[in-house]
Amino acid sequence: MPDIEAKERKIIKSTRKLSDILFENATFLFALLIAAIVIYIFYEMFMDSAESREKFGFGFITSLNWDSVRGEYGAMTFIYGTVVSSVIALIIALPVSIGVAVFLTEIANSITRSAVSFLIEILAAIPSIIFGFWGIYVLAPFMRTVIQPSVQSVFGFIPIFGGSGAGFGLLTAGIILAIMITPIITAITRDVLKAIPVSQREAAYALGATKWEAIKMALLNAKSGILGATVLGLGRAVGETMAVTMVIGNKAQIKESLFEPAYSMASVIANEFAEASGTLHISALIEVGLILFGVTFIINSFARLLIYSFTKKAQTR
Amino acid sequence: MTDYYSMIKNNSRGRKLKSRVMLFLCVFAAMLAILPLVYIFFYTTIQGASSLNLEFFTELPKPVGETGGGMANAIAGTAILVGLGSIFGIPVGILAGIYVTEYSKNMFANIIKFVTDVLSGIPSIIIGIFAYGLIVIPMQRFSAYAGGFALGLLMIPTITRITEEMLKLVPHNLREAALALGIPRWKTTIRIVLRTASGGIITGILLAVARAAGETAPLLFTSFGNSFWSSSLDSPMASIPVQIFNYAISPYDEWHRKAWAGAFVLISLVFIVSLIVRLATRNKYSQSA
Repeated sequence: MPDIEAKERKIIKSTRKLSDILFENATFLFALLIAAIVIYIFYEMFMDSAESREKFGFGFITSLNWDSVRGEYGAMTFIYGTVVSSVIALIIALPVSIGVAVFLTEIANSITRSAVSFLIEILAAIPSIIFGFWGIYVLAPFMRTVIQPSVQSVFGFIPIFGGSGAGFGLLTAGIILAIMITPIITAITRDVLKAIPVSQREAAYALGATKWEAIKMALLNAKSGILGATVLGLGRAVGETMAVTMVIGNKAQIKESLFEPAYSMASVIANEFAEASGTLHISALIEVGLILFGVTFIINSFARLLIYSFTKKAQTR
Repeated sequence: MTDYYSMIKNNSRGRKLKSRVMLFLCVFAAMLAILPLVYIFFYTTIQGASSLNLEFFTELPKPVGETGGGMANAIAGTAILVGLGSIFGIPVGILAGIYVTEYSKNMFANIIKFVTDVLSGIPSIIIGIFAYGLIVIPMQRFSAYAGGFALGLLMIPTITRITEEMLKLVPHNLREAALALGIPRWKTTIRIVLRTASGGIITGILLAVARAAGETAPLLFTSFGNSFWSSSLDSPMASIPVQIFNYAISPYDEWHRKAWAGAFVLISLVFIVSLIVRLATRNKYSQSA
């Protein structure tokens, strides 16, 4: 009798093992597939940009030329447009996002909190094409008729506020981007602030701190997490395509003024890829994409590591 | 004699004022952040709803100069593209999510989590280039397959993430109880754990689908677009976002109106899905918070 039981158990065990192993490996394969895709994206873009890389070398990054008639390509103007519009976006979005996160965690009651976070979630889900469309017909005219004249009447002597844009330019792109990255910076800053133990704030109150002083302490303690959120927002801004394409003006130039039109890396790909004239043009566009991919990859990895290490620290505290 | 008392009092008055001002600024920031949303939402509704009619959903686009016409092909195209994306993205996303939560004893699960986060940060235009190189070039033409593949890739991180989160919420006792009854682990995972978490995962999928439906950049040079009914999946296919883009940058008022109507359809989709997700997950969040 015990012999049969043991046999039965063995059979059950072995079948269980096989199906379990199969299932675990199936899920493992799909997980692996995601990693493989990310690596393959890099590989494919690296290979497909070979023609451009070989012809222009490192000069591609520093060159201001972008001439499909002569077949001369350089990415500097696009890098400039991407960097400047993203930095403008961060300068605007960061204080606002921190403010909203503080509002959500420290000030709002539960009804307001869920209403505001719901609205901000929707803001994050609006397709970028709609931001861009709205940018063309509402924000750009507003920039042209209101913001630009009023800023120039006061600060017109400063080169970055000079120039004569038509509403489409770096500043408009930066503002649209700021609106678009506010939800993500807010969401992560809120989570980070939640991870700061309440006892710390209570201790601050016990020492006679005002509410803002207690919040400030929490913010200082959360600074690496907030930095992570900021960098993540930067990554989004750098890679954003449609909204920027529709308002940045799409002119490959570097001008002092923020009101002047410019061009971004993502925009030039969006505009020229489908109608590229020849393999070198495609190859150059893919190289721009490769640079964009590399930059966003580094930015996102850095941001995620910051956020991981912060939440880990907060959990063990 | 120095009046310490009034010094402290004055000082604390200043600090209190500063606190008030800063807190007010935070409230102001919240209002400022919501303002563009409200503006965009109402503007799109006003511009779009007036040009929205039955024709919009049933007719093909008309050439410049002719009034009427709709976006029926683009609406169908978006449905097909998102459907193709779902076929690819949903299984990959869910299974990878299961791997990360259920079998994450090792370093590799962390790496996958990291890679998923990185994938979610890759610009959608890059995904477009990838799909172009992988599918469009070998097939030698723009196709719905390429567009659907790109959308599927974009859906994966959201679905993996939400699967992870939802599986984590399933109590451990449930797994132990199932295993104690002699149910194999894989069956436990599918029949018990996944089923318990299915509500949350479905809302996550809805969210991913709504996002994908609004994506433009990865479709520009994969599914491209056309102004007719697409007869097959290996030819170019219209989609609402690409159609909006082409109309929006055109100089014709009639096309702008069509584009606003399309934008209104998209924004309504996003709003409805967000509302469903919110209502469905409300209880879970309030419990965990």
